Amino acid sequence: MIAMTTHTTTATPRAPLPLPERAARLTTAAGALATTLSTALAWTWSSDFPGDLTYYFSPAGLQLVTLAGGLLALLLAASGLGLRGLRWLTPGGRNAAVLLAALATFAATWFTLGAIAVQLGGLVNLEPGGAVAGLAALLTLLGALGLPPDRTDGPPPAGPWQRFTATLAATPVRRRTRELPSWAEILIIAAAFAAGLIVFTYGIDTDDGAPFVGYLLFMVLAVPALHRAGLIARLTQLTHTHRGIALTAAFLAAALFPFTQDTDQYTIIGANILIFATVALGLNVVVGLAGLLDLGYVAFLGVGAYAAALVSGSPESALGLHFPFWAALLTGAAASLVFGVLIGAPTLRLRGDYLAIVTLGFGEIFRIAMLNLNGTTGPDITNGAMGIPNIPNLEIFGFNFGEPHHILGIPVATYGNYYLLMILVTAFVVLVFRRAAASRIGRAWIAIREDETAAVAMGINSFRLRLLAFALGASLAGLAGTVHAHVVTTATPEQFQFAGPQPPNSAFLLAAVILGGMGTLSGPLVGAALLFLIPAKLDFLQDYQLLLFGIALVLLMRFRPEGLIPDRRKQLEFHETGQLDVPDQRLPDTDATLGATQAKA
Amino acid sequence: MTTPTMPTAGAAVLEARGVTMRFGGLTAVRDVDLTVGPGEIVGLIGPNGAGKTTFFNCLTGLYVPTEGSVSYQGTRLSRKPHLVTQAGVARTFQNIRLFANMTVLENVLVGRHTRTKEGLWSALLRGPGFKKAERTSEQRAMELLEFTGLAHKRDHLARNLPYGEQRKLEIARALASDPGLLLLDEPTAGMNPQETRATQDLVLAIRDQGTAVLVIEHDMRFIFNLCDRVAVLVQGQKLTEGTAEVVQADERVVAAYLGTPVGEEAGSGDRAAEAKTGDAGTAGATADAEGPADTADAADTEDATDAADRTAESETADTETAGTGETTEETPDTAQTGDTP
Repeated sequence: MIAMTTHTTTATPRAPLPLPERAARLTTAAGALATTLSTALAWTWSSDFPGDLTYYFSPAGLQLVTLAGGLLALLLAASGLGLRGLRWLTPGGRNAAVLLAALATFAATWFTLGAIAVQLGGLVNLEPGGAVAGLAALLTLLGALGLPPDRTDGPPPAGPWQRFTATLAATPVRRRTRELPSWAEILIIAAAFAAGLIVFTYGIDTDDGAPFVGYLLFMVLAVPALHRAGLIARLTQLTHTHRGIALTAAFLAAALFPFTQDTDQYTIIGANILIFATVALGLNVVVGLAGLLDLGYVAFLGVGAYAAALVSGSPESALGLHFPFWAALLTGAAASLVFGVLIGAPTLRLRGDYLAIVTLGFGEIFRIAMLNLNGTTGPDITNGAMGIPNIPNLEIFGFNFGEPHHILGIPVATYGNYYLLMILVTAFVVLVFRRAAASRIGRAWIAIREDETAAVAMGINSFRLRLLAFALGASLAGLAGTVHAHVVTTATPEQFQFAGPQPPNSAFLLAAVILGGMGTLSGPLVGAALLFLIPAKLDFLQDYQLLLFGIALVLLMRFRPEGLIPDRRKQLEFHETGQLDVPDQRLPDTDATLGATQAKA
Repeated sequence: MTTPTMPTAGAAVLEARGVTMRFGGLTAVRDVDLTVGPGEIVGLIGPNGAGKTTFFNCLTGLYVPTEGSVSYQGTRLSRKPHLVTQAGVARTFQNIRLFANMTVLENVLVGRHTRTKEGLWSALLRGPGFKKAERTSEQRAMELLEFTGLAHKRDHLARNLPYGEQRKLEIARALASDPGLLLLDEPTAGMNPQETRATQDLVLAIRDQGTAVLVIEHDMRFIFNLCDRVAVLVQGQKLTEGTAEVVQADERVVAAYLGTPVGEEAGSGDRAAEAKTGDAGTAGATADAEGPADTADAADTEDATDAADRTAESETADTETAGTGETTEETPDTAQTGDTP
């Protein structure tokens, strides 16, 4: 029976389209090349479409996305053809990656053509170049659909759809055949982060509406293509071996962002993303490490912001104090710390759901209290719903954040300044998170999250450590809150809600942590960046924005419950893989050393 | 029903006096006294639901006993479980409670928690003290992993270990707090004979390192091979306590595990056994000589004949005691003896 099935397996086509494998590969490569070249043509005659795709030999706007997709598909397909020097591009699956890249290119290209036709009113608005691009992308996709799955084991896929999903399936990344010198590895890390910066900058600079949707569509398919190719796994490996360097490179790349901007239009988004990400990382201490579900976390950001606003020297501030920035920063963090302990001390004896409800209540109490401290329903401290406006710009050592400055000869305006300040704050929070997590305290937090009874039986003072996590998380949020107050220049109660269409709010913060990956360092940062950028860019969807957001979250949790950047533990928890979790290099290493010692003996 | 505890040489490591635990109207543990001497391995047996684990929880502070006191090396133990561990009493759990998503090494490092002091500031500033403490902790943890034979699995997730190794890891984790007394709650449950034997050797090795052990187990061979003294808990009360022989010889222990024969059944049992009365009688007499006869229970006269009836066969059965319930039934009914003097 088994022999028969294997026999029929080889006979039936395994690829979604019945093409000879070699022909399929060549078609894909040719299509990808043609797609790449087609971006040199004009796609439309009218400059009305955002990005102005009317020039020859000058790809612009969404053409750049197609160009990137075409190049990616071309490189991966060439690697699939076994071209010398390109094999390293596909340490994972060859065909799944090509198919995804082809899909990404196809989606981005046809979306662009469709958007041109719809926005400008009809297909007549397309130049022949557009048609060429569309056909080339289609050819690439058809070729890629003729590729068989990377995995040859398992039952033969029945229908075309099964064959399609089988081709998309992931394959384990093969081991590195030779070690690179460490300078080369560092160079690769630097290049990867530079590429990341370019991609991110392109995304943030895209116009709202169709161009951003095209970009998003492309990214949603292209990133899995890199993942399937095994490149992301390789990069993760490299960043693990050079952790310090990778972190530095990441921060350098992030710090370069304001220098790529001419105006403040998008740096404000960058600054807000950093604030949001920093708070999310603080929440990750509470939720991800200690396992305390905090639904009112944004209140601590609010405490920090209000504290900073009160001592900022704003004319509307009830206190009328004007602290220097460092003191304001400490005030914000300390105020949040105090509130964290005040809320935590009585409530952290509760477990799970009860704590969630209490924190939810605290979040609302904070907002309503700020509303009521307006002079009529309470003492006049916060100016009620009007908030504390006119928070002046920061000034550190005579460096006024409100004025544009030339840094290294490049002008950086107000929000660029704040962005750079936030980079420092984020770096600090990252440092705190990393060091706290990899210590006796961090282990105790994880132990409490895993099994509180057992943790207590190991001598861990569960209440104290949970309070510590709560307080640390709160003060990190307070720290971010002080900068937040200066960036938005007003502290109002409505900024700090449980849920709302715009981040930061408690629901979005929690979503950022879970979406990114609980307990990880980069997870909440990535999650926060996406959760801030996407709603900000998809503003034109208006009422449907939250609906789509919700659907996206449901889908993500269905297909990737461990988050975008999973903790190794979580990944294993959700996808049972038996013993596959054994750290890749270690076992053979220890075996080898064991063998060596035995040989010596 | 309570019996005076065995006098032990030197100061007791653990001394529980009159421990009573009530949950509402239910008394799970009633007035139990127990002493564990230094370097002793004490077994705690009893049928399911006898209150053994509840008693353990009372000792380790997971439950606050309604009455009674527990002291460790002469000082009264705190009601807070983490302080109990800090004082030097470590435990394992009946249903394995490892930190499933932490690695083997991390699990043991968590066990080191009470013996290290590095707080958050130290972790954030990463001074030389922090690094030194981390190194020492890791060294000690690796020693324990070597000791339990898990060193080669240090980077596996605890959840992926086979069952027997998970049990071992629980012991290693408990040992990481450098306890003076280790409480093991059914350390061999679900293990095959080889694994049980390995655990037995492990417990002996732990004792040899100077840690006293109190162990709950249903595997009678394991208990009687290992323990210097065995206490029997039945329906929340301590029935008897003594050396393996003494406990095995106590027919009330048999009754507790098997139930007391009543009415018709008991009568027919007696009659069927009558053929052997002669042999059994003598065997019973020799057994009696080992310890003074029990004077406490009126029911004993009835039980005495019953136990004596079966003595002849169980002489042989005794030698092949094993962990299953079936053999357990036969084990203790060698002869009838009284409580410990």
